[in-house]
Amino acid sequence: MVSLSNHAAGLAGPRPSTGRDEVLLGLRGRTIALSIQKTNSLRNGPDEHGRFGIYGGRFVAETLMPLILDLEQEYRAAKADEAYIAELKDLATHYVGRPSPLYFAQRTTEHLGGAKVYLKREELNHTGSHKINNCLGQILLAKRMGKTRIIAETGAGQHGVATATVCAKFDLPCTIFMGATDVERQMPNVLRMKMLGAEVRPVTAGAGTLKDAMNEALRDWVTNVETTYYLIGTAAGPHPYPEMVRDFQSVIGTEIKEQFLALDGKLPDAVVACVGGGSNAIGTFHAFLDDADVTLYGAEAGGHGIEVENGHAASMTGGRPGVLHGNRTYLLQDDDGQILEGHSISAGLDYPGVGPEHSYLHDSKRVTYAPVTDKEALDAFQLLTRLEGIIPALESAHGLAQLMKIAPTMGKDQSIVLCLSGRGDKDVESVGKYLGMLNS
Amino acid sequence: MTTRIDARFAQCKAENRPALVTYVMGGDPDLATGQAILNALPQAGADIIELGMPFSDPMADGVAIQLGGQRALAAGQTMLGVLGMVEEFRRKDENTPIVLMGYYNPIYSFGVDRFIAAAKEAGVDGLIVVDLPAEEDAELCIPALKAGLNFIRLTTPTTDDRRLPVVLENTSGFVYYVSMNGVTGSVIKSRGAVGEAVDRIKAHTDLPVAVGFGIKTAEDAAEIGKHSDGIVVGSVLVDAVARSLENGKATDKTVAAIRDIVADLAGGVRRARN
Repeated sequence: MVSLSNHAAGLAGPRPSTGRDEVLLGLRGRTIALSIQKTNSLRNGPDEHGRFGIYGGRFVAETLMPLILDLEQEYRAAKADEAYIAELKDLATHYVGRPSPLYFAQRTTEHLGGAKVYLKREELNHTGSHKINNCLGQILLAKRMGKTRIIAETGAGQHGVATATVCAKFDLPCTIFMGATDVERQMPNVLRMKMLGAEVRPVTAGAGTLKDAMNEALRDWVTNVETTYYLIGTAAGPHPYPEMVRDFQSVIGTEIKEQFLALDGKLPDAVVACVGGGSNAIGTFHAFLDDADVTLYGAEAGGHGIEVENGHAASMTGGRPGVLHGNRTYLLQDDDGQILEGHSISAGLDYPGVGPEHSYLHDSKRVTYAPVTDKEALDAFQLLTRLEGIIPALESAHGLAQLMKIAPTMGKDQSIVLCLSGRGDKDVESVGKYLGMLNS
Repeated sequence: MTTRIDARFAQCKAENRPALVTYVMGGDPDLATGQAILNALPQAGADIIELGMPFSDPMADGVAIQLGGQRALAAGQTMLGVLGMVEEFRRKDENTPIVLMGYYNPIYSFGVDRFIAAAKEAGVDGLIVVDLPAEEDAELCIPALKAGLNFIRLTTPTTDDRRLPVVLENTSGFVYYVSMNGVTGSVIKSRGAVGEAVDRIKAHTDLPVAVGFGIKTAEDAAEIGKHSDGIVVGSVLVDAVARSLENGKATDKTVAAIRDIVADLAGGVRRARN
């Protein structure tokens, strides 16, 4: 069998996304996936300018430009370096615990009464979310580049924890920028970061959420560009970050594919993931982009409802293309191009933009993006907790809520997979407050 | 074609002094006072004016200019409002160059072609757009140059000799050398290094080189102005606006505060080469 399962699968060859299509062959009772080059593939992006269609690009201050060009060069070199790939694979196996299981959620399936529901258990990874996949890839790059300090932005704190974790392991000082509002609502993760040795810098500008944390991280980076590596946590920012983060996260979809083939001899009918910046979603979708029979759904943060002005964070459903944080993408903005703060109950989705590849997939209609409200996410959070004994992150609960709308409309012989991107331990206090459980 | 920017640098060169380039945020602290500040700059001694287009997410700016932008937006400033300020200014001043400075998204949202036409019409001379590096020249730089607007590029300590030709290729008007790796309003660590950097850039271009970021006093202006064709002062002025306010509102000290600082800096550039 041509292996698609290791963490480095997305990294093999000089470019990871040269448009491969897996052709399935039944051979001696086993299913074999062959990679074949495809010219009209949706997996070819980005182009040499870092564009996915009109999205992406390198919209940064000149101070950062030379570094971003170096980073791209270093990333190309690393992808061609067997030692780098081997080290990453070894860490994925022994440090993260990959591959993460594909779990059949029997009671959820029975409850919804439609398609068979499967969960890709990224929440079982070390540090409790998919974020570690990307952090390991990038920390090894930072070391190759001789950088001596790491900075990162975080919303829910999942990326901050994963960054602080790899910095502890590789003995690099790290500073995490986190919106003051998010520090408040994700205290367990703040404590984890501090215990891991990171400096957590609360950002009070704006609404004190992920957008403001990213602004502050960029300001720090401009100031300390000679020594500092900016470990971006989502598949957004200036090229090559969206491509790089996607490649590191594409292990998720690659594993789902292999696990499904082993289980069922065919691919799932639908795949769902939540989308903030969109790193778990692009990592989940990318392997399936050229499989036209697999329907792909992204759940955006619908907050108080898409009709409430500035009351949601659904940038594709409720925004329009613009330029922020190094890339062109769908943004929540007013008539004059000023960026709106947005709102979501989930700190990790509370961002007025989205990764550029999602904007491209939205326009091309390959992926269906739909908003999920705070309330729907809370309901889904409770449902999975009670039915499966799995407490999901509020971010992942958005994806689950989307799945709960789709699965009942599908046949019982069909299958739907959710990327359960993170665990909900960090959210129990804020959810408890919403549900009035802390009053007694 | 001699532009206002070319003419002004030539005039300063004839006077054997660097040009004083002043940055103010358009519409800070309110629209009327912002206009009064802009109108007062030439007489106070500003040679070239950079007018800030406020943006909600100014990633390359320090606290002073962040707050100035927030005040302008809270006062209701828009892209049309900034262009209107220039139009108003031009009724009385035909010679002082105005460069609009800001970030790309408000321009992109306004529409690039519409923006260029409106800027020309209003009497704008040049643009500085912080998040449009040479790699993105097709977006705005090329169409702006075609329309006869100068496109002023920032070069930084990280722009090495290998990269300088790329950055300078479509730069016009002047080159803005950012004196440090950092955001606006920070402190210059080594003045000597700034002089060397200006010489390095001048080896690649005949354009005037102005130095900005970290210039706060007349003494700074005189010192940095020894080695450059212009000095840019921004955060100090925007901060002076903030300090002149009472309960967040402009006072009769607001315009005067800016006028005094600019006059002081104008003295600094005139001492630079004596």
